[in-house]
Amino acid sequence: MKINRRDFLKLAGYGSAIFVSGLAGPGRWAGAADGDGFLFVQMSDTHWGFSNPAVNPDSTGTLRKAIAAVNDLNPQPDFIMFTGDLTHTTDDEKERRKRMTEFRDIAGGLKVKKLNYMPGEHDASLDEGAAFKDIFGLTHYSFDHKGVHFIVLDNVSDPTGSIGDEQLQWLAADLKKQDKEVRIVVFTHRPLFDLAPDWDWHTRDGAKALDLLMPYAHVTVFYGHIHQENHRTTGHIAHHSARGLMYPLPAPYSVPKKMPVPWDPAQPYKGLGFRSVDAKARKAAYDLTEYGVKGEKR
Amino acid sequence: MKARTGKMPAVALAVLIFFLGASLMEVCAIADDAGQVIKITAKRYEYNPDTITVKKGVPVVLEFTSLDRLHGFNCPGLGIRTDIAPGKVATLRFVPQKAGTFPFHCDNFCGSGHEGMTGTIIVTE
Repeated sequence: MKINRRDFLKLAGYGSAIFVSGLAGPGRWAGAADGDGFLFVQMSDTHWGFSNPAVNPDSTGTLRKAIAAVNDLNPQPDFIMFTGDLTHTTDDEKERRKRMTEFRDIAGGLKVKKLNYMPGEHDASLDEGAAFKDIFGLTHYSFDHKGVHFIVLDNVSDPTGSIGDEQLQWLAADLKKQDKEVRIVVFTHRPLFDLAPDWDWHTRDGAKALDLLMPYAHVTVFYGHIHQENHRTTGHIAHHSARGLMYPLPAPYSVPKKMPVPWDPAQPYKGLGFRSVDAKARKAAYDLTEYGVKGEKR
Repeated sequence: MKARTGKMPAVALAVLIFFLGASLMEVCAIADDAGQVIKITAKRYEYNPDTITVKKGVPVVLEFTSLDRLHGFNCPGLGIRTDIAPGKVATLRFVPQKAGTFPFHCDNFCGSGHEGMTGTIIVTE
């Protein structure tokens, strides 16, 4: 079943909070015996270092505004997940590391100190993730939080936009340790499915990862890369992309050539923002709340 | 009824060989035409040439060489793509089935000018 944003809003009725189920049907999920729900925040595509006033005249202020807005959330999230393209690409390796260091310092202004990073192709495709690893750490990893198993997949360090066999083997081994009913959240930069391959909005071997995830009953994927919300399902797996924090991109295949959407002085920061995800206790479901750069609910 | 097993006259055989040979030569000529080879170099952030003109129905061979790093070639309108890795020639063979103008682009992220690494294939009638 395909679900687009309009369908979601219809389901939600009104308002900015969107109920999102990771289930195809009724079921239970394991691992939440401790019973606590929790919030996490997804921030994406901050493109630190990008400079084009026609697209974003506040390129050095947008991220800071979003961080201030996250700091104002009440309750605070348990952790922040940055889903890639922390920095805008540069062919100068020294400049790349400088941008990453600056980004890390700015992100340090978040009240929440549990920050999880992953690279986008702008961060990692030119050096296969070398600078990212030096400054932020691993490009793929997993962790558990309050009964949810989180998996971070790197589909950008390989410039072909692939996960690669070695990482797929790691994923298979990681999943093998999980109960089929456990709630799983996957973070990627690129979509794992073919959203718009001709716009590079896909992962060449994403289907292999989805095949490995399919036996698990409660899987939800959060990703970035496309600088806009998009909500789809493949089988029983839900996929949610996030807005970016530097410039929006047009809807898939809506224009002949993919280009950043120009800044609209009448609606500054339009199309930019972040989301909080409410992982409900004892429910295989999430409430997504979309925020603008200054923390206004969408 | 007894089947005829008579020998083919030598003249007829010679004529047959002549025409067969002529046909084979014709096939070879077409094969040469079919191999309309177009060599294309790729480097940050351009293809050379970046405009390629071919003819509908005539087979084409595109030979790509990268002058620096991994690039890609993707022409969605014609349904053809390949990786272009340094140090080896990437070859694409196809027969254009429709006339028109078909943009192509690099689909392996190659740097700051990646989004602008594009070109066009023009297929004439």
